[in-house]
Amino acid sequence: MVKVKVEFLGGLDVVVNKVRVHDINLMVDNATLRDLVNYICNDMITNPNDIEVFIEDESIRPGIITLINDTDWELEGEMEYELEDGDVISFTSTLHGG
Amino acid sequence: MSDNELLKQIEQLKAENATLKKVLNDYKSNDEYPMSLEEYRRYGRQMIVESTGGVKGQLKLKNSKVLVIGAGGLGSPCLPYLAGAGIGQIGIVDNDIVETSNLHRQTIHDSTKVGMLKCESAKQVLNKLNPHVNIITYPVRLSYSNAFDIFEGYDYVLDCTDTPLTRYLVSDVAVNLGLTVVSASGLGTEGQLSVLNFKNVGPCYRCFYPTPPPPNSVSSCQEGGVIGPCIGLVGVLMAVETIKLILDVYTVKNFQPFLMLYSGFPQQSLRTFKMRGRKANCKCCGDEPTITQNAIESGEINYELFCGSRNYNVCTPDERISVELFESDYHTAKKDNNYILLDVRPSHHFNISHFPAAINIPVKELKDMNGSFEKLKERIPNVTEDSEMLVLCRYGNDSQIATRLLKDQFKMSDVKDIRGGFFSYIDSIDPSIPKY
Repeated sequence: MVKVKVEFLGGLDVVVNKVRVHDINLMVDNATLRDLVNYICNDMITNPNDIEVFIEDESIRPGIITLINDTDWELEGEMEYELEDGDVISFTSTLHGG
Repeated sequence: MSDNELLKQIEQLKAENATLKKVLNDYKSNDEYPMSLEEYRRYGRQMIVESTGGVKGQLKLKNSKVLVIGAGGLGSPCLPYLAGAGIGQIGIVDNDIVETSNLHRQTIHDSTKVGMLKCESAKQVLNKLNPHVNIITYPVRLSYSNAFDIFEGYDYVLDCTDTPLTRYLVSDVAVNLGLTVVSASGLGTEGQLSVLNFKNVGPCYRCFYPTPPPPNSVSSCQEGGVIGPCIGLVGVLMAVETIKLILDVYTVKNFQPFLMLYSGFPQQSLRTFKMRGRKANCKCCGDEPTITQNAIESGEINYELFCGSRNYNVCTPDERISVELFESDYHTAKKDNNYILLDVRPSHHFNISHFPAAINIPVKELKDMNGSFEKLKERIPNVTEDSEMLVLCRYGNDSQIATRLLKDQFKMSDVKDIRGGFFSYIDSIDPSIPKY
């Protein structure tokens, strides 16, 4: 089991009942970010129509930035990153307004 | 006029002339000092901040040319600070005119400027704020064909635009010309900021976003709304970054790619995320770039196609009626309400103003019913598959999508979209209804 904090920022909280911050206990051994993303899709996003707001072609939808402890997930192994207790995983929509 | 009066007048003119000469002298730089005395006074409070480098830093600002693209929610709070700081030349690219709906956030403009070009309105304010700054306006829409000509000669570019398309274009052109970009955006209560292509070694917009977002996930301030000071704060952050770039606070050695995220609600927070560096496989700034000046200027890079657009035109002409027809044949004629008027705007839009007889089911809620007539009946108890239904939204886009859903998924036979929506009705039929 691993305890992490998950944040949905930049308006992305619409997919999780408009709650921005969630404390998650993930009941998976050696859980990776992929396990967390699956958990979000299966157990957190209540409306199936909202999954496409978050996922496209089995990865995080283009236009969403994923951060692991405030660092670009690309620097941390993306989906293969192994979660640790206390990690903060943030998803934020890219904004375009000016 | 008597001789005495004439002599008195001459004396007055002499005194005025002497004062003016003194003022003029004040503005002139002389051989002894690199700036005029007035500039020393003007920039004193900033020059005595040690990390600016004093006069040396001030001269860097004075010799810099900064191009600001967009004089809207980001540009308007940013511009006065750039001009105030004494940047030598500021270019402003914007072909929009000031509208009343801009003024809650674009406070460089004001109510008397409604209808004026934003770039000209901003120039008037900045000239008054600091006459030492050369303001150049470009009342054009930035495009692949004019961007290189406009960017040429500037040292830094500020992306204050409002679509993914312009953001890719600004970044691509800047990379090709070796310019650093301060890029920001805002929507609702949040904003983001980044420095791109730093000294031609940092990551560009395409390194962060190699694939554009799907068009239906992109929201504008007009559509999604925005809190003035939230986006305003991000515009001010852009001015801070620009001044730091000019003063060489960032160096190739200490610069770390970053993305700042400002959230205004519920608690204000400003976070800085550590971001990826330049990507070797980036199509624009990578090892084998295909997005070259030639490819951009020839139109070979198709930005419209790359970013895509939403397709709202999903109804046939006979599935739509004009607001005039709605008014004559329904709104005034059928007072007995034997048709259903469905308003599919978000509820918080609907609550601002709506037709008294309208039923509000936001298009998202309608989608989520997945065609279940039972669920539709829960919201509209008297609805049947044969009910005559008219659908409207703000501008007539979502209402077309809703009309399609009602006909195809809910199998309703008599549904029509009101062309142009609620706002078109207000414009053409009844301007006494509040428009937002």
